[in-house]
Amino acid sequence: MTRLLAMLTARRGRGHLHWTDWASYLHLLIGLLLMFGPVLWLVLSSFKSEAGLVEFPPRLLPYEQARVSVEGYQQPLALFRITAGDMKGRELAEVRRIGLQAQMVDPANPREIIRIPAQDRERVMRLHFALENYGDLTGRFAFGTYLWNSVFITAMATLITLLVNSMAAFALSKYRFSGRDAVFVTILATLMIPPTIILVPNFFIASALGLVNSPWGVIWPGVATPTGVFLLRQYMLTIPDELIDAARMDHASEWRIYWRIVLPLSAPALAVLAIFSVMWRWNEFLWPMIVLNRSETFTLQLALNSFQGELTTSWNYLLAMTVLTLLPVTAIFLLLQRYITQGIASAGVK
Amino acid sequence: MATLQLRRVVKRFHETAVIHGVDLEAAEGEFVVFVGPSGCGKSTLLRMICGLEEVSEGDILIDGVRVNEVPPARRGLAMVFQSYALYPHMSVYQNLSFGLENLRLPRAEIDAKVREAARMLRLDQFLERRPTALSGGQRQRVAIGRAIVREPRIFLFDEPLSNLDAELRVQMRGEIAQLHHRLGTNMIYVTHDQVEAMTMADKIVVLRAGRIEQVGAPLELYNAPANQFVAGFIGSPRMNFLEGPLTAVDGSIGVVVEGIGTIRTDASGEGVTEGARVTLGIRPEHVALGRCGCNDVSFDVAQSEQLGNTTTLFFASPGFAVQVAGQVPARRGEAMSLNLPPDRCHVFDADGKALPRQSKGAAA
Repeated sequence: MTRLLAMLTARRGRGHLHWTDWASYLHLLIGLLLMFGPVLWLVLSSFKSEAGLVEFPPRLLPYEQARVSVEGYQQPLALFRITAGDMKGRELAEVRRIGLQAQMVDPANPREIIRIPAQDRERVMRLHFALENYGDLTGRFAFGTYLWNSVFITAMATLITLLVNSMAAFALSKYRFSGRDAVFVTILATLMIPPTIILVPNFFIASALGLVNSPWGVIWPGVATPTGVFLLRQYMLTIPDELIDAARMDHASEWRIYWRIVLPLSAPALAVLAIFSVMWRWNEFLWPMIVLNRSETFTLQLALNSFQGELTTSWNYLLAMTVLTLLPVTAIFLLLQRYITQGIASAGVK
Repeated sequence: MATLQLRRVVKRFHETAVIHGVDLEAAEGEFVVFVGPSGCGKSTLLRMICGLEEVSEGDILIDGVRVNEVPPARRGLAMVFQSYALYPHMSVYQNLSFGLENLRLPRAEIDAKVREAARMLRLDQFLERRPTALSGGQRQRVAIGRAIVREPRIFLFDEPLSNLDAELRVQMRGEIAQLHHRLGTNMIYVTHDQVEAMTMADKIVVLRAGRIEQVGAPLELYNAPANQFVAGFIGSPRMNFLEGPLTAVDGSIGVVVEGIGTIRTDASGEGVTEGARVTLGIRPEHVALGRCGCNDVSFDVAQSEQLGNTTTLFFASPGFAVQVAGQVPARRGEAMSLNLPPDRCHVFDADGKALPRQSKGAAA
């Protein structure tokens, strides 16, 4: 904690702020606003009520018009502060509005109806976190199903991606066979084909295999990634061949060499690929949209999309769901980023 | 204990031969050292023996059985690599036990073997450490330990000491020699360091460019090098070479060296004609100071190195070094009288092959 504080208050000038301190803190502040501002706005907006979201001018914090329950009225009534006339400064509840006149009532004295010109009053706002945006997600929408679909697809696809890509990378980095470089170049060359081009053929294959509307239809087509193979191969090239020779002398089978020697030593590269894969899979949209048609097979991203109806969009639920969608990737990143820095550090220091 | 035989072993990488038909035999319990300059194929030969490189032609036999197609692990050999090749993500204990686990030995047996090897190599208190937390010498011992636990028929060492500093190298040299005495197992040891070769070997194999130049006991190579390459490679400082035509002197042969005169030797002139270009070789430590009436020469000192127990003098023309015991005061430019004892002179023909000696007893 004290080290964190020391880092946050570090400066160049002794006892005073050097001009570089001003410059760097300004730079950091702008960076913070640029990076974190939209996320913060998203999170705060997700706590706004439907009415609060469309309010103009927009507010940063989730404010909402205060309501009071008044004796004799079934619904809570909206509170207004009177700005002119006899009742100036009083807070009254609105019963109904007729043209330019409003019928108001004093919550303390509910029997008497007071008529006030509509322009002589302003709304009483109060801070209110609309937690129901989140609460309703599970009840009104099959949020749990979408979440499970997304988690299942992301986890499975990442595991299989790591396994398949590392096996290919192992063969391409540690075995000498004719045509090895040609295979590697071919794998890399597939990077040049945009996924949209092969969308239709891919769909035909998925359809022929009966994978439409199944999570496996989303998982399988993307498990072998040229990026992953390239990343892991380049890392595995740095593992000394002597280690593998030594393991071979130690009676290790090729699978055991891969599993017990090469995989653990590639952990930093695997962590990087795992993060990439999780982000790709979690945010994947186009392919799942094509393969998954039934709403119970939807991933979170598809569900988010389906929230934007043709006529109405429930922005409050959409934002709440977006926040929930962001959380797992952020958590994974925080969890694995340590390994990335470790990997870079250990690779640099020998 | 095992015997090893190589029969006309050839290794080619893409049509380029790097080992040209090597024949070799190692008897039971022998400590054989492959020595040669870098790129001579000594490591390749070792890797062929252990099975990590395929044999292009010829046979490798262990205990009389051809093992060309036998995978490395089943040859019953263990190898200590130059970089030690310790598994960095495993503890010392796991490094030692990995090979035994792969053999599916019972856990108790593995444990006993690992602890026995650790005790022998004084690694007991480091068993839980990672290799990165060990010093160079300790890592070296783990690498040897990993070979020992497998109880191999033959140990193979690939320049195991080249990553250690001078002091540790001397110490580990002793430890490996002791280990050889204790276990009595064959060891094949690759090095480019002739001191390691001379001190440890029962038998030295000198290699150059994929061919065996000479095989023999250390002193045999020192006293009777078969050719000019071995003569120059074994011994430090390097043997002096002087070129000139051959001439007959009183029944033995001499070499006429330009600017010096005729140097008499006791090599026999069999198979060479008078006047042929030959090379005379004499080791710096065999040149004597002063005059004795035979092969007397006088050179100007270019440089002297005083080590206390020995003095090495360098002469610029001709390029010549002399090493004498004790401390010899010498100034740069000073003329120094030397004599070259004939019985210490080697003569090599135009192909670099050593001419035989006239009388066997003369060589010491």
